[in-house]
Amino acid sequence: MLQLFKFKGGVKPATNKTQSVTLPIAVAPLPSRLAVPLHQSIGGTPRPIVQPGDKVLKGQKIGEADGWISSAVHAPTSGTVIEVGLYPAAHPSGLTAPSVVIEPDGEDRWIERQPVDYKSLEPETVRELLREAGVVGLGGAVFPSHAKTQASKSVPMEELVINGAECEPYITCDDLLMRERAEEVVRGAGIFRDLLKPKRVLIGIEDNKPEAITAMTAAVKALGSEFAEFQVVPVPTRYPAGGAKQLIRVLTGKEVPSSKRSTDMGVQCFNVATAYTAWRAVAHGEPVISRLVTLTGNVGEPRNWEVLIGTPMGELLHIAGPKADTDGIIMGGPMMGFLVPDPKAPVVKATNCLIAHSPALFPPKPPEMPCIRCGSCAQACPHELQPFEMYWFSRAKNFGKTQEYALFDCIECGCCAFVCPSRIPLVQYFRFAKSEIWSREREKKAADSAKSRFEFKQLREERDKAEKAEKLAKAAAAQAAKAAAAAAGAANAPAEAVTVPADDAEAAKKAAIAAALERARAQRAQAEPRNTEQLTPEQQAQIDEIEARRAQAGATAAVEPPETGKNS
Amino acid sequence: MMLAALAVMALGAVILGAALGYASIKFKVEGDPLVEKIESLLPQTQCGQCGYPGCRPYAEAISKGEAEINLCPPGGAEGVRKLADLLGREAKPLEAEEKPKQVAVIDENTCIGCTLCIQACPVDAIVGAAKQLHTVVGPLCTGCELCLPPCPVECIAMATIPETVDNWKWKYPVVEVRKAA
Repeated sequence: MLQLFKFKGGVKPATNKTQSVTLPIAVAPLPSRLAVPLHQSIGGTPRPIVQPGDKVLKGQKIGEADGWISSAVHAPTSGTVIEVGLYPAAHPSGLTAPSVVIEPDGEDRWIERQPVDYKSLEPETVRELLREAGVVGLGGAVFPSHAKTQASKSVPMEELVINGAECEPYITCDDLLMRERAEEVVRGAGIFRDLLKPKRVLIGIEDNKPEAITAMTAAVKALGSEFAEFQVVPVPTRYPAGGAKQLIRVLTGKEVPSSKRSTDMGVQCFNVATAYTAWRAVAHGEPVISRLVTLTGNVGEPRNWEVLIGTPMGELLHIAGPKADTDGIIMGGPMMGFLVPDPKAPVVKATNCLIAHSPALFPPKPPEMPCIRCGSCAQACPHELQPFEMYWFSRAKNFGKTQEYALFDCIECGCCAFVCPSRIPLVQYFRFAKSEIWSREREKKAADSAKSRFEFKQLREERDKAEKAEKLAKAAAAQAAKAAAAAAGAANAPAEAVTVPADDAEAAKKAAIAAALERARAQRAQAEPRNTEQLTPEQQAQIDEIEARRAQAGATAAVEPPETGKNS
Repeated sequence: MMLAALAVMALGAVILGAALGYASIKFKVEGDPLVEKIESLLPQTQCGQCGYPGCRPYAEAISKGEAEINLCPPGGAEGVRKLADLLGREAKPLEAEEKPKQVAVIDENTCIGCTLCIQACPVDAIVGAAKQLHTVVGPLCTGCELCLPPCPVECIAMATIPETVDNWKWKYPVVEVRKAA
């Protein structure tokens, strides 16, 4: 039995998972309209490659990945593109984002899918394939998966962690995925295993999901010796055991410092749903166009649905039968999720759960009280940070200090706010401080670039001025020299120049022209070949012969161009 | 004895003096480091709204004590506060009103391709050639408005940078104030 480790802190909120696991996964009906945001992963925003009016097929690429840290996006069903533009985004701001809006034609016709045997391909080709299929981390961070399949050059890979912990309350989509599609999850993890070549593969599942543990264990056993290094490990249920760093800590005892990547410690972590989509992409040629979404909360029939990316959230929640007092939608769980400002916002690759919000289910928080520095938040913090200090400095907008207290190590899990006896919305303060710091960094960068451009412009202008002045000086010197020469010429010139002293200037000009003509003649004489004069008759005869040959060759060449470059 | 003591002191003075003289040449500081620090706090728009021809001249004027620290509108109240912190002066309210961040936009139907705005742009953010359409490279524009006056056909306008998902910021948590029972 594998020895498990513990992470510090954490909380045990009511899990509220049993409501949505009673029914099997169902396929959500085709919505009236799909709005697929182009930017659905960390990294570059994909460029749209379709235009309004274009007919698209299910799985057809509509957004080209921009850069290596980026991931393609695809049409979730067949239909017509009716708009490429701004559409409400699945984002706490309620702002719009570039999206491709598709009107389904109801046929749901696939593009030609090309399953591949990835074992016969180069690892680089497999990574490219994952990027083109839009495989990103479906646990919520949506980091492009292909960029995570590169082992560190100096540190050998020891463990690959497959994250099936699913620690956040209400969410059960990974649970159902493991119960119903365990084999494909394991096979997908096999792709990551073959790319990273770790010694062990550990599938961590919280022990409140016994069915998933059974199903996954059975799947690993059934797949036999090829998956011998796979091990399904039940981990204690404690939020946030599903955080990548926490799960790595629990399964391997390794702590990944904030300055390092997990591969630098010989470990990498993927979500189970990511492994599943990787397998679908490679073995079935299906890009990521749908995902499992838990519809729960204040609804009549909580359940997990296979939902097309781009389905409007409001429309989707409708199929679960929201109760009358529903007054909003939470995307994600109650700990880390956010209230969706616009129900038109589409389901994206990061949408693992939609919770119908009602005042009865989530009563409004009583007002915030002053921090009494009790330290409960520091005890609950799974990252061993000091939230009360970070709160203090965020509140005072002393952002330098918040960074000294490792604000950017905060995963915004919400444990601190959960235990705070003064009900301070700590995570909100941290998010505020983080986005303020990012914005300042952007401004600083812009200012630095403006400064260097300004300095370069000044340098260039100065250089141009100097060059111009030099040119002018040269021209003036030449003019002076010419004038002197002309004056000298005029002095030596025959009588006429002397007889018309009134036209002195004109004469000088004429003299200059004459001098220039003389110079040109001399130049021409120099340029002409000098050995063609005074030829002996033999030489002349030779020349004539050569000329004749040349004329003949030219004539044949015109008919039949000579073959060139034979020896090159 | 007395003489020896005097000689020792005199020798000490000569050696230390020589050392100091050498150090003043060897470790000579080019320019004023304070100017650099002040300049790094300025937004580098090079707009001249402070009355000085660029951010560096303004920084020099501040370091000499010739200029107030509240003359930079693009820096905003935040910039004034930072300068006040650095210089130990009192933060004063900004002279002009604070504007949201803007970029210049050229109306392509009106531009006659005169290149005057290109010459005016301090950060080379406008591209174009004589009798060719000019355009502003948005990400490089600092919003200094220096291209507005030279344009003979007034085809340049300032547009506020819209809030997008990428530059959106989480708001400061609102503290609810309730009457004590």
